[in-house]
Amino acid sequence: MKLLLLSYISCISLLTFFLFQDKVLEESISRGADIYSDFCINCHMANGEGVEKTFPPLAKSDFLLNKREESIRGVKYGQQGYILVNGVAYNNIMPPMGLEDEEIADVMNYILNSWGNKSDSIVTPEEVSMNVNK
Amino acid sequence: MKNSISIIFIALMSLNLSCAQQNENEVNSIDNPPFTAELIIDELQIPWGFTFLPDGSMLITEKTGQLFHFKDGKKNIVDNVPAVYVRGQGGLLDVVPHPDYANNGWIYISYASEEGDDKGGNTAIIRAKLNNNSLTDTQLLYKATPNTTKGQHFGSRIVFDDKGYLFFSIGDRGDRDVNPQDITRDGGKIYRLNADGSIPSDNPFVNTDGAKTAIYSYGHRNPQGLVKNPMTGEIWDNEHGPQGGDEINIIEKGKNYGWPVITYGINYSGTPITDKTEMEGMEQPIHYWVPSIAPSGMAFVTSDKYPEWKGNLLIGSLKFQYLERLELKGNKVVYREKLMPEMGRVRDVRQAPDGFIYVAVEGKGIYKLVPKK
Repeated sequence: MKLLLLSYISCISLLTFFLFQDKVLEESISRGADIYSDFCINCHMANGEGVEKTFPPLAKSDFLLNKREESIRGVKYGQQGYILVNGVAYNNIMPPMGLEDEEIADVMNYILNSWGNKSDSIVTPEEVSMNVNK
Repeated sequence: MKNSISIIFIALMSLNLSCAQQNENEVNSIDNPPFTAELIIDELQIPWGFTFLPDGSMLITEKTGQLFHFKDGKKNIVDNVPAVYVRGQGGLLDVVPHPDYANNGWIYISYASEEGDDKGGNTAIIRAKLNNNSLTDTQLLYKATPNTTKGQHFGSRIVFDDKGYLFFSIGDRGDRDVNPQDITRDGGKIYRLNADGSIPSDNPFVNTDGAKTAIYSYGHRNPQGLVKNPMTGEIWDNEHGPQGGDEINIIEKGKNYGWPVITYGINYSGTPITDKTEMEGMEQPIHYWVPSIAPSGMAFVTSDKYPEWKGNLLIGSLKFQYLERLELKGNKVVYREKLMPEMGRVRDVRQAPDGFIYVAVEGKGIYKLVPKK
């Protein structure tokens, strides 16, 4: 009986935790969409398709999806020089946008969960703040 | 039968005509440019603006906030530059000397400033003097309000006309439905001041209740090119449209240039902004680009160094990463050509007092266009 109760409680709390996480992520993505249309859209375009050879795509971008830390640093400190995205070379410059850590987390969650992209783990402001320039 | 032949003939003729028309708005590539681009200042990230002083030295703004004085082949950092609000498109922006700099020493600078109580920033104009690589005697001439955390459209080019008036641009600051059409608000405007920052008594809205009296024209989106046409003395701008609809305009006193009521562009999402491209009481651009090239910087060629280009306009393309040369017939663009293809995001272009053209490219530096012999 005790065991049953314990597993019941832990089940419920786990469920609450996940549902709560989901809601946190959803809200972050929705704030991120606003940040995106303010700071990112004129280069990376409305559907994250970018401009070939000039501005790399974010939609289904192997760079974004596989290099999470580098991507966060790119948004935080700007990005310069040669990168390879989906087999296409880019050698350009993205200025630092001056976003706060929370805004960076929001826009990361938006681009990681839009246009066919999917990420299981939420980017938090703490993760952004711990990710420092190397 | 006779009839159908003439119909085919007419159809073919009109096809030719429509092709010819399209060509005028197409950019032409060339194989053998009449110059070589020499990199004279390297290691710049975003050289947003640059200018020349009478001793041949240069001032260069770096968007993140540094001002460089390039003299005798050396890049010196200038101290005492105001703190800039580096967010989105904001930062340290344009730099221009007074036309009589040799006598009065004034340098004019535009930047995104946090000055004021509310959170965020907006465009500010200062003037200052350069002494031993430090800015002194700094005076704030204009600060747009309110501050906003929006990242877009600071505008910020500065130019003097023949009468010594100071013109500068401020973009709509990401609030297109509120700012550009309202002359009681900053943003989406070209401004005119006296060189000391005071308001000229014949500015168009000095007698309009509640108006920002520094405004000279309104209904602009984000002008990042502003020059004096040396042939006519008029002020010309180029401005970013949304998706499509970048424009060249001739700036006239008190006129409304229509944004966002009329535009040749659409939203980034592909949805329309308006179904109107023209309206009574609103000015038409002398040229517009579809698709957008994202124009920044602007210079008329007047020197003898490039005889074929005399009277042409040069404009940088941020989006397609080249320098565009436009031939004009009166106020009409009749030919467009792509120079420095795939060079990088071209942020600014100027003709130096010695007649050479200089081009600022993001991530690279400043190039001098040296004519081939």
